[in-house]
Amino acid sequence: MSAHPMSKVSVATVWLDGCSGCHMSFLDMDERLIELVSSIEIVYSPIVDTKQFPERVDLTLVEGSVSSEDDLEKIKLIREHTRVLVALGDCAVTGNVPSMRNPFGPEKVLRHVYLRHAPSEIVPRLLPKVLPVHQVVAVDAFLPGCPPPADVIYFALTELLAGRVPDLSSSTRFGK
Amino acid sequence: MSQRVTIDPVTRIEGHARITVQLDEAGRVEDAHFHVTQVRGFEKFCEGRPFTEMPSLMARICGICPVSHLVASSKACDALLAVRIPPTAVALRRIINLAQVMQSHALSFFYLSAPDLLLGMDADPARRNIFGMLAEHPELARDGIRLRSIGQQIIEMLGGKRIHPAWVVPGGVSEPLTEEKRERMLAMLPEARDITLRALAWFKGVLSRYEQEIASFANFPSLFMALVNDANELEHYDGSWRIVTSDGSVVAERLDPLRYQTFIEEQVENWTYLKSPYYKPLGRQEGMYRVGPLARLLVSERCGTPEADSEREEFFATYGEARTSSFFYHYARLIEILYASERMQMLLRDPDILSPRVRAHAEPNQLEGIGVAEAPRGTLIHHYTIDEHGLIRSANLIIATGHNNLAMNRGVLQVAQHFIKDAHITDGMLNRLEAVIRAFDPCLSCSTHALGEMPLHLQVFDAGGAVVDERVR
Repeated sequence: MSAHPMSKVSVATVWLDGCSGCHMSFLDMDERLIELVSSIEIVYSPIVDTKQFPERVDLTLVEGSVSSEDDLEKIKLIREHTRVLVALGDCAVTGNVPSMRNPFGPEKVLRHVYLRHAPSEIVPRLLPKVLPVHQVVAVDAFLPGCPPPADVIYFALTELLAGRVPDLSSSTRFGK
Repeated sequence: MSQRVTIDPVTRIEGHARITVQLDEAGRVEDAHFHVTQVRGFEKFCEGRPFTEMPSLMARICGICPVSHLVASSKACDALLAVRIPPTAVALRRIINLAQVMQSHALSFFYLSAPDLLLGMDADPARRNIFGMLAEHPELARDGIRLRSIGQQIIEMLGGKRIHPAWVVPGGVSEPLTEEKRERMLAMLPEARDITLRALAWFKGVLSRYEQEIASFANFPSLFMALVNDANELEHYDGSWRIVTSDGSVVAERLDPLRYQTFIEEQVENWTYLKSPYYKPLGRQEGMYRVGPLARLLVSERCGTPEADSEREEFFATYGEARTSSFFYHYARLIEILYASERMQMLLRDPDILSPRVRAHAEPNQLEGIGVAEAPRGTLIHHYTIDEHGLIRSANLIIATGHNNLAMNRGVLQVAQHFIKDAHITDGMLNRLEAVIRAFDPCLSCSTHALGEMPLHLQVFDAGGAVVDERVR
């Protein structure tokens, strides 16, 4: 994914149904973030103020599983406008903790939490099953871990930026 | 024609939310709401699982403050074991909890809110972020990155990893501290202190630009609630609750956290997944309370460490009655980071901190356990019941951010009414609606949880405020 000499590689980070731990691990790259932003531009992310997903994004990191109607709509839109889509962390890769609700279904969960008065205005409806990202759209690379360590995210990013598919078999695993 | 303005998503906050503002035909603000749009249902899917899984599972509620959940959950499990954990384990848990306060507050202040404070509420939205700060004020942005990193590195040295460490366990912690790690931590903390003092000096210098925001960012009378120790100083791990009013008078103190159900009640709104607790004896209007760093400063009589206390005194002397504006959550956060750096050094210098006795082993001896701690965003409660085999029968979580829900909603309305005068709405106005939420630093992945099969009183209100349903369990 070599960039045009004058333009930076556009990167988005998206948080679906997860705990934000993968985003925190992204920030755990610490000072390496400063080095990275010389070659990438974060065009859409919870930490910047863009409200609309941009028309064309080179690389999108997706944290979290697909759990609500909002998530579903969002991930389809993102796929359509992204060249390389990475499932970041175990919730995106397998469904992980959010999918623990699947044996019960959303009604039981909502009834348990809100009795008969589950919120229904403005808030998105929950899907019957929580799904990993690849069951909804095509995923180009998988980065397991709960969360994937910052070093692994950095390695994967630099490999992808160099146009290679990162080999993560020895550097991270589920639950790590 | 009346219209609704929607901000979706709210950015530079930790979680999924929308803000809606309802305007009347003349473009005046009628109402405004903060909607939380995520719910996962931890209380349901932990049922039937071994209680020993709870600290690690519950930590997955939140990637920003997993340590707080580890601590509160492990304390609830200590109660199930019916053990008193070794004093060194308590001190080590205190240190990891304070390291988390440091990194979480650094995230909130530098990564999420400083772009508004440094570049301006009306700055170009494309640059109004940490990367824009790096370009224009690299020293301050680098300070923020470094400060958060120091907190995270201390968590990693103690817990083995930065996010979702498994080191805090029922009965204590899994491994003692080594001399080498203690020295490395002690070597880092003075830098954290220096960064915090620089940030405080800068922040105090720019506060005069934010008179309008101080006046309107959830600036109204309410109660404040936090844990304090026996000397009424800041307390993040143990202690009892104290509740004060905006003018500082004490409403209640020495409240036993284990009896939380007798004084906290929750309401459900149809338009948000986040419930709204309030202080039961005063009802849901008068009983609205705020928690978190500002509440902790206002509820306690002093911090209990010298440099933080001198900053606290200066803050109180400078802002007097205005100190209860929620804009000052930012200020309180910086003072609390300073406190955390001082307190961690005190704890690490105690020779007993290297004791190898850090865990009490037992089988479950009680079927019900409650664990309470101060998370970065406020008081956190984990409450479990188990069966004879140690399997979870029920879990109830009351999460820091939930306590602030009523005040956040009132705050959004106050900002909307203050800045929106007609249907002409600018980006800067919308950004201020988000910025009042950022001041509270809500953690929404954490917050959408609730009672479970607990004897709590739940009330549901219609738009006019009338009770349409009520349950007591």
